[in-house]
Amino acid sequence: MNQRSKLASALLYLISAIVVVLSVYPFIYAISTSLKTGTALFNSQLIPSNADLRNYVALFEGVQPFGKSLVNSIAVAVMTVGFAMLMGVTAAYALGRIRFKGKGLLLVCILGVSMFPQVAVLSGMFELIQSLGLYNKALGLVLPYTIFTLPFTVWILTTFMRELPGELEEAAIMDGCGPIRIIFQVFMPLLWPALVSTGLLAFIGAWNEFMFALTFVVNDTERTVPVAISLIAGATAFEIPWGTIMAGSVIVTVPLLLLVFVFQKRIVSGLTAGAVKG
Amino acid sequence: MNSRIRTAWLFLTPMIVLMLIVAVWPLARSIWFSFTDTNINDIAAGQFVGFENYFGEYGLFFNPNDEEGFWAGDWGVSIRNTFSFAVVSVILETLTGLGLALLLNQDFKGRAFVRTAVLVPWAIPTIVSAKMWGWMLNDQFGVINNMLMNAGLIAHKIAWTAEPSYALWTVVMVDVWKTTPFMALLILAALQTVPKDCYEAARVDGVHPLRVFWKITLPLIRQPLLVAIVFRLLDSLRVFDLIYVLTANGSTTISMSGFVRREMVEYGNMGYGSAASTSLFLIIMLTAVIFLRLARVKLAEDTP
Repeated sequence: MNQRSKLASALLYLISAIVVVLSVYPFIYAISTSLKTGTALFNSQLIPSNADLRNYVALFEGVQPFGKSLVNSIAVAVMTVGFAMLMGVTAAYALGRIRFKGKGLLLVCILGVSMFPQVAVLSGMFELIQSLGLYNKALGLVLPYTIFTLPFTVWILTTFMRELPGELEEAAIMDGCGPIRIIFQVFMPLLWPALVSTGLLAFIGAWNEFMFALTFVVNDTERTVPVAISLIAGATAFEIPWGTIMAGSVIVTVPLLLLVFVFQKRIVSGLTAGAVKG
Repeated sequence: MNSRIRTAWLFLTPMIVLMLIVAVWPLARSIWFSFTDTNINDIAAGQFVGFENYFGEYGLFFNPNDEEGFWAGDWGVSIRNTFSFAVVSVILETLTGLGLALLLNQDFKGRAFVRTAVLVPWAIPTIVSAKMWGWMLNDQFGVINNMLMNAGLIAHKIAWTAEPSYALWTVVMVDVWKTTPFMALLILAALQTVPKDCYEAARVDGVHPLRVFWKITLPLIRQPLLVAIVFRLLDSLRVFDLIYVLTANGSTTISMSGFVRREMVEYGNMGYGSAASTSLFLIIMLTAVIFLRLARVKLAEDTP
């Protein structure tokens, strides 16, 4: 199978090397910047000559409470995932395993909602959030985040549900299992890879969301991390604290990178289940 | 069997109710606001003004005060920016994604490593990548200007994110960097469904690899490729955060979503902003329908 010429192999490795450098270099440079302070920031060498962690310390001692933002983001993302999963699993069971009228239309609607622009609901959502008393509260963001997490959670879980063996369910029904027991005791062990992929994608979506977080929350103590990072400012308007900004960026990104590396296969299968089979 | 159908609706009800609350209701309210003169500070005081926000004296379309024409106003500029951004970045992402997918579909040592490395841009939050690139592209201290100067490619430092003639293309470049992995992964999944025998047969017959790509690979992955392109196109038409952070939401690079938010939140014109958001919604829907139609028409031609 593998009779590539020497030239072709060399080319393959050269291109791969370029791809790897292009993908990874910007983040490595961000890490490097986050370790530089003072005038060292302005020479662009990749390995800082005297690295220190002052930027990271400054981040947590600064005017803006970055630690609080981190806690907010974690809480919002975890709650969003929990919420979407709870509703997603049962809805996906109905859509994936039961034949009923109107199912096709419902699936189309779900796909439609997952594609529509968030900004289209901005003013209506603003009013809703205000009238529910959720304005300017970090946890209030869980509600608008449902608009983009729930549809794709249901969509992806439905495609996985559909592929589970029918005999398993029939046997369970014969044994007198109700639908709740079928989902949570019979299917759950088979379904967890799908739950991991959808859960991770929902988590990443909630963790990264910017527009709603920027609009529905105004107090520094209630902000989530993407907004906090975008608002890190220096002592004067002309002095942008790049070191601190990069330190914040590294803190926000490293957990995501670890998740993505560990669950690489799950995430890719989640992404492609949503798109390729659909 | 009837009880199963009842179970289905029972299980679907919470999701449907929630979707009605977070999607349908706010959308309906936004559309209603677009026919009013509501201000964000006193929503209840809004009055019905008909199509004034759309076609009135200060409306979005046919505004008589636009002496330099529709496309010179901020709304016109935002439409042009959004479409230039979406079309160019989706084309570039499809090409780079296809290239990357073909590379990752090859058998070679270290492929797993390359595939992992490629995920890095995708995993980085958009705001972080905007800040990161903003720093690298900084006009005075940015590493990119330094590199280009040292290589003698540019004579003076360029303000990539501020100069109007570069800013939008800088945004496109950063978006391509960030989103190519997503495209590549979707296309790679499609490539892996192409049966190996096809390639074997073509190789035995001595068909040129380029011809194999055009005649075998591309037709077989067409459907998932189109789906991926639709996803990306709809996603890029609602672009907001990347532009907002990278170019400080200046009016030369403002996107339609950025325009809506600025009108609504910063200027407080909730009615007018809602008219813009409703127009954006309609434009995106129309684009999706047209694209899907075109794609399907082509597919229909293929099957005699």
